[in-house]
Amino acid sequence: MILMQGKGVSKGVVKGPIYFYQRAEGMTAQTAADDIDEEKRRLEEAKEKSMEQLNALADKAREEAGDEAAMLFETHAMFVEDEDFVDCMNAALEEEHCTAERAVEIAGEQFSAMLAAMDDAYMQARAADIKDVARRILNNLLGVTEGGIDSDEPVILAADDLAPSETLQLDKSKILGFITQGGSGNSHTAILARTMGIPAICGLGDSLKQELNGRTAYIDGETGKVAVEPDEITLTAFQAKLEKQQEMKTLMETMKGQEDVTLDGRHMMVYCNIGSPENVAAVHNNDGQGIGLFRSEFLYLAADDYPTEEEQFQAYKEVAAAMDGKRVVIRTLDIGADKQVDYFQLQKEENPALGVRAIRICLNRPEVFRTQLRALYRASAYGKVAIMFPMITSVWEVRECKRACQKVMAELDAEGVPYRKDTEIGIMIETPASVFVAEELAKEVDFFSVGTNDLTQYTLACDRQANDLGKFFDPHHPAVLRALKVATDAAHKAGIWIGICGELGADLSLLETFLAIGIDELSVSPSSVLPLRAEIRKSIAKTCTLEKLEC
Amino acid sequence: MEEFTYTITDPVGIHARPAGLLVKAAKALDSTVTIAKADGKSAAATKLMALMGLGIKQGDTVTVTVEGGSEEANAAAMEQFFKDNL
Repeated sequence: MILMQGKGVSKGVVKGPIYFYQRAEGMTAQTAADDIDEEKRRLEEAKEKSMEQLNALADKAREEAGDEAAMLFETHAMFVEDEDFVDCMNAALEEEHCTAERAVEIAGEQFSAMLAAMDDAYMQARAADIKDVARRILNNLLGVTEGGIDSDEPVILAADDLAPSETLQLDKSKILGFITQGGSGNSHTAILARTMGIPAICGLGDSLKQELNGRTAYIDGETGKVAVEPDEITLTAFQAKLEKQQEMKTLMETMKGQEDVTLDGRHMMVYCNIGSPENVAAVHNNDGQGIGLFRSEFLYLAADDYPTEEEQFQAYKEVAAAMDGKRVVIRTLDIGADKQVDYFQLQKEENPALGVRAIRICLNRPEVFRTQLRALYRASAYGKVAIMFPMITSVWEVRECKRACQKVMAELDAEGVPYRKDTEIGIMIETPASVFVAEELAKEVDFFSVGTNDLTQYTLACDRQANDLGKFFDPHHPAVLRALKVATDAAHKAGIWIGICGELGADLSLLETFLAIGIDELSVSPSSVLPLRAEIRKSIAKTCTLEKLEC
Repeated sequence: MEEFTYTITDPVGIHARPAGLLVKAAKALDSTVTIAKADGKSAAATKLMALMGLGIKQGDTVTVTVEGGSEEANAAAMEQFFKDNL
């Protein structure tokens, strides 16, 4: 067995034969040319052919990997036509009386050296692009078609480093993964490999030897490990990961587009938790049916000063519009405790988890609250926004929040700004107090969402940040699960829905308990949606029991 | 000759993609457009590699000169381009 360690730059495990990338190199003669005009004509022809290829590659990249990837080849095409680059090649032909091949080499070396010498990592990495362009022109001059994989079965492609056009020109049906001696996580090869979903490991250095050609290897694009002809223990580990990955893949494919419903017809809303508008893509990719928790903190945590109404409005609107009519629950400001923001100038507290945090800050500072509510209501005109208040303990708090909403709606009415009057208002159930008065709270709002992390912390009197509490911090504690049951019964009595937006929602071992309790919605990280859906579709709600609520 | 200064806000500076767009935009004009850095180095806006070679970063102030042709309109177009892309 030969073990190699590189840097995993694109996830996934594969097994296959190693195949070294064939490249036409060292074929240029340094001899003087007989006829400079003939060399110029050949160079022109090779440039034209390169342009055609690059334009075709740009179209292909646009289809397979989007506009960003296409821009790369459009830029390469500009390099081919660049005045200085062309002048440099022509000057070499005239002054050194060399062949067109040599002229391309000279220009390629000169310009890639110029970029490599710059004190900017991004520009240094572009030196590889220039070399890539020069190699393309050269291959066209020599009439070499490179990169063909002369193998009937799919292979793990090995190389010193692959240029972007090389990775894209490859017949992907024959490639299981990439392993390279050089390169980095920022290289085009890594980026393209990730976009295409092919595992890749770079930076293997000299341990990746040509003599490994044809030998069977396992590669893990997450850990960066390569094992050639692994021993039994290593093999078992790789096989297990491979099987798990295959299972997940099959699951992902079959679960997309399916309903979140049990075998006996109980529907569950499976939503996603997100922290910024960028995460919406992951929600779509994993087929989330809505957003059950959009944490608005990112706007506050990333800034040096209070975010303006307009900034907030744009972010909320972007998510609401992107979800296209599906519910988007946005939680109002939840800072304090473990999330501190300097410009709020909060007083230092002995016990911040029990201090002025979340809704308490909002109710103490009506101006901060008003700005966020205005942004939220304005965004409601662009999708199905729901507003959620965190850290509620009392009915009066909810009434005060609703008054603040009413005031904002009246302002928007007066200004003629569009918003949705029927925007849902909900609260988080994360304090024992809110559980005890859940029946009264349920009459005030449109939905409940349980924050299980805080509910566990406050119910069990266990600091969630402290890491030596271990076995004492138990989200499966019957007290926590009974609190869920009490809140659910109260919600259903008032005819409103209840969800879970804490980490517990994705805990598959509790799914039966949640079904027995009658939870209507589970909001989880996007990557948990499909595994959860698979579990729901295997469940029978009416046979689920409350046994976990017993001590 | 028309001239304006602009401070780069793009976090990566004039990297390959906007440089490519700039070359395209500059080639469409009937003026000669030159980009100069504070240290005196300059490049024609139609030359991709020379532009990248300037190594213009976020926060750098560049002077853009527009000579010949419809200078006023072209300078305005270039200024808009910088605002939109850089």
